[in-house]
Amino acid sequence: MKLSSSFDISWRFLRVWQRNLIVYRRIWKVNFLPPLFEPLFYLLAFGMGLSTMIGTIHYAGVDISYLTFITPAILAINIMYNAFFETTYASFVRMYYQKTFDAMMATPLSLGEVITAEIIWGATKSLFATVIMLAVLSGFGLIHYPDGLLIIPLAFLGGVAFGSVGMLFTGIVPSIDVFNLPIFLFITPMFLFSGTFFPVENLPDWAQHLALALPLTHLVRLTRHLCLGLVGVDLLLEAAYLLVFCLIFYPLALISMHRRLIQ
Amino acid sequence: MQYVIQAQSVTKVFNGFTAVNEISFKLIAGECLGLLGPNGAGKTSTIRMTYGFSPMSSGRLSVFGLDIRTHWREIKGRLGVCQQENSLDPDLTVQQNLEVFGRYFNIPAGATREKARKLLEFIALDHRRDAQVSELSGGMMRRLVLARALINDPELVILDEPTTGLDPQSRHQVWEKLENLRSEGLSILLTTHYMEEAARLCDRLIIMDHGEILVEGKPAELIIEHAGRNVVEIAQPTDELREFIRSRDLTHDDLGRRILIYGDENDQLFDIIRERFCKENCSLRGSTLEDVFLRLTGRQLRE
Repeated sequence: MKLSSSFDISWRFLRVWQRNLIVYRRIWKVNFLPPLFEPLFYLLAFGMGLSTMIGTIHYAGVDISYLTFITPAILAINIMYNAFFETTYASFVRMYYQKTFDAMMATPLSLGEVITAEIIWGATKSLFATVIMLAVLSGFGLIHYPDGLLIIPLAFLGGVAFGSVGMLFTGIVPSIDVFNLPIFLFITPMFLFSGTFFPVENLPDWAQHLALALPLTHLVRLTRHLCLGLVGVDLLLEAAYLLVFCLIFYPLALISMHRRLIQ
Repeated sequence: MQYVIQAQSVTKVFNGFTAVNEISFKLIAGECLGLLGPNGAGKTSTIRMTYGFSPMSSGRLSVFGLDIRTHWREIKGRLGVCQQENSLDPDLTVQQNLEVFGRYFNIPAGATREKARKLLEFIALDHRRDAQVSELSGGMMRRLVLARALINDPELVILDEPTTGLDPQSRHQVWEKLENLRSEGLSILLTTHYMEEAARLCDRLIIMDHGEILVEGKPAELIIEHAGRNVVEIAQPTDELREFIRSRDLTHDDLGRRILIYGDENDQLFDIIRERFCKENCSLRGSTLEDVFLRLTGRQLRE
């Protein structure tokens, strides 16, 4: 059987990516504010509020301050949020309310190109936010360079992973309110239990295994080791996990959107 | 004869429901072909297959002599589409809507800017180039959708109900633009609910219902063939009139409180009817496309 034209994907997808960039640039001041201030809020809350009660944490053979421990998690969580919210709420609005995808489908673009562009755009937003946050956090001496620079391409990889999952949900949810469900069942548990605010090892055994299956756990490990300058070959395995995650969820996202839109 | 669209036994089935049932039609280069039909007749499904949005269930469809299944990208690059629902990009300005859309066709940025400028002039929106789409009136939006469909200099434009929901002024303005385009030799495929629109713009019409083509022809010929030249309308008809119609075997529609009689020599008939059956409640008028449409597709509501 011939594969549907939806899955014919060329570099033309960059045109749709450009469209999103144009819209982003129109309100760039608003877009730059959250990644600029959010890390400051976290540092204020955890650095001044919480870390005095915690002291140091023993992580990967070294003793580090609680602030140093959670800084990489703030980066990882933001990578997840930027991509996931872009390909869920924002993409859904473009698809369902604004009919933007319908208009694009009347041009030489294929559906696969539109969806790919949305996911890559979500990853781009993760990357932009990460660059701004790195700049802010570097001011506090919380990032180890040059290893910390690797977090920038990592933000893109993580963005593709979470963006693909988000797009899969966009292909499935009957209405925009239903996004509450994957956020409650998938995003919030990751936010709390992926080694973000306390080491995964503090969890009971069964929960540790569960946490290891979640992509944010691996992204946090990567950002943490890069922030601390603890770079080893084992990090490649973590990155490989994210890559495999993309290879599974990107095609699933394409299939779910094809089923939703092509009738 | 050069055909822009050739559809052969095209069928579309959605979850067991046949929306389009083995229809065949052709669009000749340079003509405006209208698809008429009540809601759910299969018009939108037909044109969605034509511009490659919706895959056919079976049949053959070629546009510009190319198979839509295999050459969809080239075909879509050479046609322009105005969809039924407003799909303008609300995140962009009027001008950006045209420029960004042009980029989807891989038209160089400089060329799209120039083209966008000309098109905004054409639709008389050049003074609103920096406006947000949401600030435009319904008529302005529809003109912008039309301009957007022309950004790639298409050889064929496909219009799905281009004037639905517009006020009479805006509707006439859209018609004027479409007539300009037609006189320049652009091929047009359009669907509409407005008989006046179909009669004014279309060289040829196809009337569809229940996914099938009922009739096909030039508007004037369809009127004469299916509704005669004239119609006598009688309000509150009497039983004697009904008896008279039966005895003469006249082509008519009995709506209960009204009877429409179609015919060619109605001038005489009208005089007879007025004299014998009604003094005030009857009138004579020319047959219209609406008569043809209602005769062929029935008068019951489609919801």
